[in-house]
Amino acid sequence: MRPVLYVLSFLALIALGFWAYRENYATQAALKEVEALQRQIVGLREALTVQKAEWAYLNRPDRLRELATANFDRLGLLPMEPSQFGTAAQVAYPAPKLPDVSFTQDVQGTMSGTELDTGPEAGTGAEGL
Amino acid sequence: MRTPLRPLARILQARQEGLNPDTIEKENLKLRHEAMREKARGRAQFRLLILCASFVMAFGAIGARMGLMAATEPQEPRASAPGAEIIAQRADITDRNGRVLATNMTTHALYAHPKVMVDPKGTAQRLAEIFPELDAKALERRFTDGRSFVWIRKVLSPEQMQKVHEIGDPGLLFGPREMRLYPNGTLAAHVLGGTSFGAEGVHSAEVIGTAGIEKALDARLRDPGQGGKPLTLSIDLTLQSTIEEVLAAGMGMLNAKGAAAILMDARTGEILALASLPTFDPNDRPNPLVDKNAEPGDSPLFNRAVQGVYELGSTFKIFAAAQAMELGLVTPETMVDANAPMQWGKHKIKEFEGKNYGPLLSVTDVIAKSSNVGTAHIALMIGPLRQQAFLKSLGFFEPTPVELIEAPGAKPLIPKKWPEIVTITTSYGHGMSASPMHLAAAYAAIANGGVMIKPTLLKREGQTTGVRVMSEKTAHDSVAMLRRVVTEGTASLGDVPGYEVAGKTGTADKPKKTGGYYKDKVVNTFASMFPASNPQYVLIVTLDEPQDDTLSETRRTAGWTAVPVAAEIIRRVAPLMGLRPKLEPVAVDAVTAASN
Repeated sequence: MRPVLYVLSFLALIALGFWAYRENYATQAALKEVEALQRQIVGLREALTVQKAEWAYLNRPDRLRELATANFDRLGLLPMEPSQFGTAAQVAYPAPKLPDVSFTQDVQGTMSGTELDTGPEAGTGAEGL
Repeated sequence: MRTPLRPLARILQARQEGLNPDTIEKENLKLRHEAMREKARGRAQFRLLILCASFVMAFGAIGARMGLMAATEPQEPRASAPGAEIIAQRADITDRNGRVLATNMTTHALYAHPKVMVDPKGTAQRLAEIFPELDAKALERRFTDGRSFVWIRKVLSPEQMQKVHEIGDPGLLFGPREMRLYPNGTLAAHVLGGTSFGAEGVHSAEVIGTAGIEKALDARLRDPGQGGKPLTLSIDLTLQSTIEEVLAAGMGMLNAKGAAAILMDARTGEILALASLPTFDPNDRPNPLVDKNAEPGDSPLFNRAVQGVYELGSTFKIFAAAQAMELGLVTPETMVDANAPMQWGKHKIKEFEGKNYGPLLSVTDVIAKSSNVGTAHIALMIGPLRQQAFLKSLGFFEPTPVELIEAPGAKPLIPKKWPEIVTITTSYGHGMSASPMHLAAAYAAIANGGVMIKPTLLKREGQTTGVRVMSEKTAHDSVAMLRRVVTEGTASLGDVPGYEVAGKTGTADKPKKTGGYYKDKVVNTFASMFPASNPQYVLIVTLDEPQDDTLSETRRTAGWTAVPVAAEIIRRVAPLMGLRPKLEPVAVDAVTAASN
């Protein structure tokens, strides 16, 4: 019985050694990958800051003002003025919606009360009002 | 092998010889005990040795590890989770809506190791071609005089770096640098201030603030614990840009030497825009003036809004009126003596251009017409002690607590003694100097219903608390008086339809260095708030030495200079803040109908 145990434990030792060897190299590979990724992250972050700075530089109010002036013909942009505020009363009420007219509905008349044919022409006409 | 204690042969022999066999047994027992002791001692010694060895190994391992750790360069743990690393960058500065005001960029510094240089002369020449500010001869001398390290430039643009690469000399080396960048150029330059390099090494350099908020909050911006979280200011980029534009136009039109404007939220004390002209580019900060005779105000670095301590003139009159109402001495309708000129001791108090608004004026009209004599009489009712206490509560005796490095240095100039003549002159803003920022904070207290709040350049979250300095009714009546100044008083050009501007003009002669006042140099101020029915914003506009030559005569009063500029600012800025004009806009339909 004992020799079997010795052999088994020796085999287990070899197996564990093999496993540890593989784990060691797998860890090193993973660490290398992490390092590469971190370098990439740093690079991307740097690029992001540069892009943000450039975005801020291109959107600086002085430049936008100059562009608005230069392209006045096409855009017609002027500084915002108090008179541009409107009131709700200035907005026209939306035209009342007419009920949908369809073939299946048994429509007797429009809102004005006239009788209506349930033909396709009449339907489009009512929607177009 | 175990020897018997009583070996038979020896026992028999001893018996034959008539000896006591017990002695043999004793002797053998003794020998056996000795052997056992020997063995036990040997084992114990061995165990002690093992124990010693393990202790030596354990402590040796720890010691060796400590030695190793002390001797090696520090290193980030390789397997740390991404994002957890400390960001060593200086934090960005953004406006209240997150638009970038200051950020960092990676660039490179150029240095040289002349000892490994192949061709010092040629390199010096080619470097001088790339960088016109370098002198080829001086550079060559530095390359050849035996030193082993030379700094050449602090920052390089990518194009310049490429050109230096093309020289191809192994003695030219690059060090990474963080550079502070202000993408908006001169915008809000006086708020931001500027930065420079502190301690410089080959691998990195410290970026430290040199002025403005960059210096005042340097520790916060450099704190790695903040994790690069941007610093959010109360400034609004759009408003700031608009105000600088209008102010510059006004300054040019009125031939002013300088100008300043502050726009403040009256409820929270947040400064939405702070402009001072002439301005500078914080990316390329000019050097401070070295000439001893030069006035600090001549430098573009001078922040007129915070550092400029001026006699603010008649803008102070409302404080006398407000305090008198608060103390119950007068009501807005009370008639006070305004018979000019007023004689006080050997001093004569006159009105503008020697006018006389008297003999009696209501308190409201004293403010609306800006009567010096009327204000003097109100101030005398209050008395020096109470006047001082009130001005103190409005913050006029201390530097403003704004987060700028320049702010604590701008102490208001207070008269040392406070006789009654000082009470009189202070009531209309002479003899005591303060910055436009002081005025903005004090006017905000009137505008927000009587609570003195701290002005700040940082975006505030949540409710702001302050000290109540006057009752809500007094504040309300004061605003009504200021509104009268605009509707029918000295600031009639300041009326912006729909925004109910209320404010007070101030024209102060500039004091000469040698004593006395200039006749033709003034500082004009318009301190305003809008909309008067529910004041939300305070705007201070100050012009340094303006004059209006558009009409036949030259005008230097604030009503003709600072007020129109302020009105234009309000007209442009109020819609940007989403403030709806009070008047009904002309209905589009009505116009169409009329034109038909």
